[in-house]
Amino acid sequence: MLMRNLTRAALATTGIVVILAGAASAQDKVKLTFLFDNAPSTVAMAEALATAFEAKNPNIEIETESRPGGADGDNLIKTRLATSEMSDVFLYNSGSLFQAINPTQNLVDLSAEPFQANVIDSFKTVVTGTDGKVYGAPIGTAMGGGIFYNIPIYKELGLTPPKSWAEFMANNEKIKAAGKTAVIQTFGATWTSQLFVLGDFYNVLAADPNFATDYTAGKAKYASTPAALKGFERQEEVFKAGLLNEDFAAATFEDGVTKVATGEGAHYPMLSFAVANIKELAPENINDVGFFAIPGDDAAKNGLTTWMPAGLYIPKTTKHEAEAKQFIAFVASVEGCDIQTQSAGATGPYLVKGCTLPADVPPAVADLLPYFQEGGHSAPALEFLSPIKGPALEQITVEVGSGIRDAASGAALYDEDVKKQAQQLGLPGW
Amino acid sequence: MAVAVAEGSVPIAKARRRSRTAGLYPSWFYLPAAIIFAVLFMLPTFASLFFSLTRWTLQKADFIGLENFAQFFREPFLFQGLINTLIYGVVTSGLKVVLGMLLALLLTSDIFGRGYLRAVVFFPVLVSTVGVGITFTAMMHPTQGLINETLASIGIKGPGWLTDPRFALYSVALVDVWKGVGLATVIYIAGIVSIPLEYYEAAKIDGATAWQRFWTVTLPLVQPATATVVILSFIGGLRSFDLIWAMTKGGPGFTSDVIASVIYKQYQAGFYGLSTAGNVVLFVMVALIIVPLSLFLNRQEVDR
Repeated sequence: MLMRNLTRAALATTGIVVILAGAASAQDKVKLTFLFDNAPSTVAMAEALATAFEAKNPNIEIETESRPGGADGDNLIKTRLATSEMSDVFLYNSGSLFQAINPTQNLVDLSAEPFQANVIDSFKTVVTGTDGKVYGAPIGTAMGGGIFYNIPIYKELGLTPPKSWAEFMANNEKIKAAGKTAVIQTFGATWTSQLFVLGDFYNVLAADPNFATDYTAGKAKYASTPAALKGFERQEEVFKAGLLNEDFAAATFEDGVTKVATGEGAHYPMLSFAVANIKELAPENINDVGFFAIPGDDAAKNGLTTWMPAGLYIPKTTKHEAEAKQFIAFVASVEGCDIQTQSAGATGPYLVKGCTLPADVPPAVADLLPYFQEGGHSAPALEFLSPIKGPALEQITVEVGSGIRDAASGAALYDEDVKKQAQQLGLPGW
Repeated sequence: MAVAVAEGSVPIAKARRRSRTAGLYPSWFYLPAAIIFAVLFMLPTFASLFFSLTRWTLQKADFIGLENFAQFFREPFLFQGLINTLIYGVVTSGLKVVLGMLLALLLTSDIFGRGYLRAVVFFPVLVSTVGVGITFTAMMHPTQGLINETLASIGIKGPGWLTDPRFALYSVALVDVWKGVGLATVIYIAGIVSIPLEYYEAAKIDGATAWQRFWTVTLPLVQPATATVVILSFIGGLRSFDLIWAMTKGGPGFTSDVIASVIYKQYQAGFYGLSTAGNVVLFVMVALIIVPLSLFLNRQEVDR
């Protein structure tokens, strides 16, 4: 009797629960907001991920929102975090920019999430706060900071991709002698001016393995470390040699990508993610572009400076933490990688175990992959080894790269800028 | 400290006012405006004075004394920004006075279609500054811009208007003058029209030349208009930001940075305390220049 009553009660309760659940999914769809930068390749990728996730989880709706990149984007992220108006999930840089948004105070700890088991450790270190907790998950692929080159020009002039700076400059002279633009610079988008400095970091580390630690502690400076100063000097050298495109001071990132793809210029120093932009802006030339690391002094020590992809983060102010975590886990899965490849193309290796790239990647990506593989030579960029990146570097490299300021004074000015940032972050020793 | 000073000064101000407006309205009548003034104007002013003395992350502020101000003046491009601000203010204000006056003389003459022409001069004032900036940036492109293509067609190789560090600041200043000269012209037109015609007739009878009539009749009698134009355009030039940001973002490098763009960049970089200190510097600089200038120009007016 008692048994039967209990069973009946249990059945009734279950029934009610089922009805309630049905009603909830019909009426109270959880709405997640998702913020990402407005680079066309990011937008395509983010929208595709959101759509695929909604299809799998009919009770969650994702409202996407894009924001500007660069300094405007940094500003927007910081302001929205400080005013508790951040989206439930947002995309932002890993490394030093991640440290600058005060993760321990603003973000939800993701260390214990099951999906982290599949995230490659080298990514976890660049989204770990000062308290040792992991706050992000990878979106997109690892990148290299190097030089795109136009394959038809190389074939026409019988050149081979350089392994040392001397070889690079020799190639440039031949290209210039053939009446072509040797190096493309695009200072209309100031952030593109930083590659000679930031992308040279593999060579800095090769010469001075302790540079990152000493720099964070305030002991090593760009102006007084010869290996670090070299990036500025090379930027100055390229300008003084008269190798640049005529409109270097006004050209934009899109101009640069198009020029190197169509052969209007031979070299374009850039991060390898630009492959996605080549695919979009000059799709018929995607097979005309190759890629090599920024060469150092010694051809035998050639290697690539690498960039980690951006991370996805959840602010502490979210009202839908469980759903936000569910979405992040979906992005950082093999299925998520495949959707990213379909929507934005294969641009480099993923940071999630088990993710693969299609066999027919563009030549620039094929040039990039060996650096990351077993036995390849690569080192992370400084912004992933130190929390400090001075915000004025892009203006300084524009000045050095257009002959307004010499390399030594540019490096000294950057050291001042770095000091400001270190003080703002409250680091010891500054 | 600052609050105490403000409170202390209130009774004096009140006593002085009351003699003129005593009994005009009951005190509760002033309350809404007083609350708005205190919350939206006084509070932020004192808060910004405080935050300019701190290293501020929006979530916590460490008191560091005058370190932000020392930093602001120590950095070469921040100091360059100060100099550029003065150049920009003087160039735009000077050209607006001269061109505004010339245009006003033209547009108060018996010229055909005068009303229409006056409207045309004023139109750029009405257009969005950022829109003007983007349009001129495209026209001033060193290789594909309308200006240099036109020059090239007659065999002149134009400079990089916005990309050559020697010209960038002046190019933006010229666009600012084009956009703002309409307002100066309208103020001058009002000034010239209000000069009684008898003065000109008397001068003519005395045999004064056109040049003499301009120097001795028009120019002294439009002095109030000149004072207004100088002060308005100089303040506008000193705090100018939108046009510079839309056209060069202070570039190439730091060569066309003005105080306002430097402050904005510090804010973008997350140096909130430093950028607040920059705003205090801007406020003090504008006050130090404009108050004596305004007193000087207004005294001239009274003396006459």
